[in-house]
Amino acid sequence: MIRFRYLTLALTNLRRHRLRALIGVAGIAFGVAAMLAILAVVHGAIGMFERILNTDSDYLVFERKVSDLFFSSVTPDQLAAVRARPEVAEAHPMLFGIVSAEDHPVVTCFGIEAADPRLRRAHWLSGSPERFGQKAGEIFLGSRAAEFLEARAGDTVEIGRGEFTVGGVFRTENGFEDGGVFLPLKEAQAFFHREDTASIVAVKLRDAARGAEFKAALEAAEPGVMALENREFSRSYNSFKILHVTAWAVGLCAFVLGGLGVANTMLLSVFGRIRELAVLRVCGFSAGQVAALVLAESLVLATAGLALGAVLGGAVLAVLARLPGLQGYLSARLTAPVAAGVVATAFVTALAGALYPAWHASRIQPAEALRYE
Amino acid sequence: MNNPLAPADGRGAPLAVARDVWKSYDRGRVEVLRGASLTVRAGELVALWGSSGSGKSTLLHLLGGLDTPDRGELQVCGLDPREERARLELRRRHLGFVFQLHNLVPDLTVEENIRLPALALGAGPAEMAARVRVLADRVGLADRLRHRAQDLSGGERQRVAICRALMNSPRLLLADEPTGSLDEATGENVFALLRELARAERAAVLLCTHERRFAEACDRLLRVRAGRVEEV
Ligand SMILES: Nc1ncnc2c1ncn2[C@@H]1O[C@H](COP(=O)(O)OP(=O)(O)O)[C@@H](O)[C@H]1O
Ligand SMILES: [Mg+2]
Repeated sequence: MIRFRYLTLALTNLRRHRLRALIGVAGIAFGVAAMLAILAVVHGAIGMFERILNTDSDYLVFERKVSDLFFSSVTPDQLAAVRARPEVAEAHPMLFGIVSAEDHPVVTCFGIEAADPRLRRAHWLSGSPERFGQKAGEIFLGSRAAEFLEARAGDTVEIGRGEFTVGGVFRTENGFEDGGVFLPLKEAQAFFHREDTASIVAVKLRDAARGAEFKAALEAAEPGVMALENREFSRSYNSFKILHVTAWAVGLCAFVLGGLGVANTMLLSVFGRIRELAVLRVCGFSAGQVAALVLAESLVLATAGLALGAVLGGAVLAVLARLPGLQGYLSARLTAPVAAGVVATAFVTALAGALYPAWHASRIQPAEALRYE
Repeated sequence: MNNPLAPADGRGAPLAVARDVWKSYDRGRVEVLRGASLTVRAGELVALWGSSGSGKSTLLHLLGGLDTPDRGELQVCGLDPREERARLELRRRHLGFVFQLHNLVPDLTVEENIRLPALALGAGPAEMAARVRVLADRVGLADRLRHRAQDLSGGERQRVAICRALMNSPRLLLADEPTGSLDEATGENVFALLRELARAERAAVLLCTHERRFAEACDRLLRVRAGRVEEV
């Protein structure tokens, strides 16, 4: 209750220097907005990539001890071993590759078999899934890839060192897939010089409950591969971890700048009213109460900054979501851990920024401060 | 010389006592107090009179626990203002301060300014409001409670400052040239209100002033000269 009444004092001081308060608020707000945007983009990208892998599958099989799936090689023998397991209903190999096209240095390539379920699930704009892999030298494009390559069915496109004919165009929900180029697995293997290997094998089990059995048996028989349940894979995959950490690190940097803004605002606020704070001490405020007053002020800044940052971050995401280049990659969903993390960071930052000013305020000597009349 | 330990000779109990207090500034280069002693008893209005720079404010600050003496003993309301913990207690419950400049928070209202000492104590809002009304009424500011301090005249601000000093019903008011920045008529008025209100509230007052007319209007007159206090 005492603290609540401090709020009047804190608000009064903030109102007195609106521009200054606004700068503190803006610092926090930019931190919040940057963090929300970065996390949304990264989580969106990760989610997208996860879904490529998880489509119609329970387990992923890949080469043991590789740092990134792009470097993973699963041999035909290993693929055959997977398919031979009695627990397995379906197994679909997939080869990832990166090629460059004119003006587009990074285009994701997917080598898949004609039987791959994602072909049947896609919405075909031209051509049909039955056509996939029927004719040599034919590739199929996600609708966004078709857009940026400016290619339609029947056109010839240059990809990497090769020329291909577009056999069909389809739209998928997944941003990576929709911006990707699909080749029959055999052609992809030749194109990328990967012999007969695949990057991963997506496995659907007859009985999802028998996953542990499948994993143990497969890994015993084929020590060169490992099988991970989808969820487990997402958690342990190094590249995802790096992305997560990078996103939080970049966001935190934005917050450090916000914290400096708060520190600056609060320092000015304290230095600008030494006398007033001295009077509060004379009126019976303890050193702690004066410090609390300064901290309360910074918490008000943090709250306002959070509100403004949420609006700003929402606006940034809305704009990003409309950018054609990012369509499908963004996850505008705000998960509870992210929200909690952003809120906590904002308050911790504001408090950290106000720590020195509060300490300084608590050490004001009333007699000295009031001497110059 | 005034002996603070002399028997109470029928007057009130000693409220504030300074005995052989020394205080210098700038590492001893400016010796302000050299063995100053005084006693203020409950309920009395005592003037601390002396020329500018004689050390009146210094003595007041020492008694109020705003500064620490080099040597000598101090006792205020049974507490030692040299101790940090006692200081907070003194400021919160036993002392009220009025300065030459009102030192109000300019953009808080009159009411909010008067409340500050009660806020430090964590008093309830209803209790505070009632007390504020009583005090403001006494100094004729009851109809200005919602006005901002910055919109008041100098005399009105000083009246608010007096109310604020009395908010927690202190037993001793330390007033440092409260009329120092006011014109003559306003100064008279503020002094009269201070005396009346302190009497009504049964608070003793130690009033620093360099003006003889105010000093002589007090119950007792102490003169600060050459770092010591002498009864006039
Ligand atoms: N903090 C300080 N540092 C140095 N000198 C001071 C300080 N405070 C007071 N003084 C000096 O001590 C003397 C007495 O000051 P003060 O007690 O304010 O006198 P008065 O209130 O009687 O005018 C003055 O000469 C003043 O300049
Ligand atoms: Mg003085």
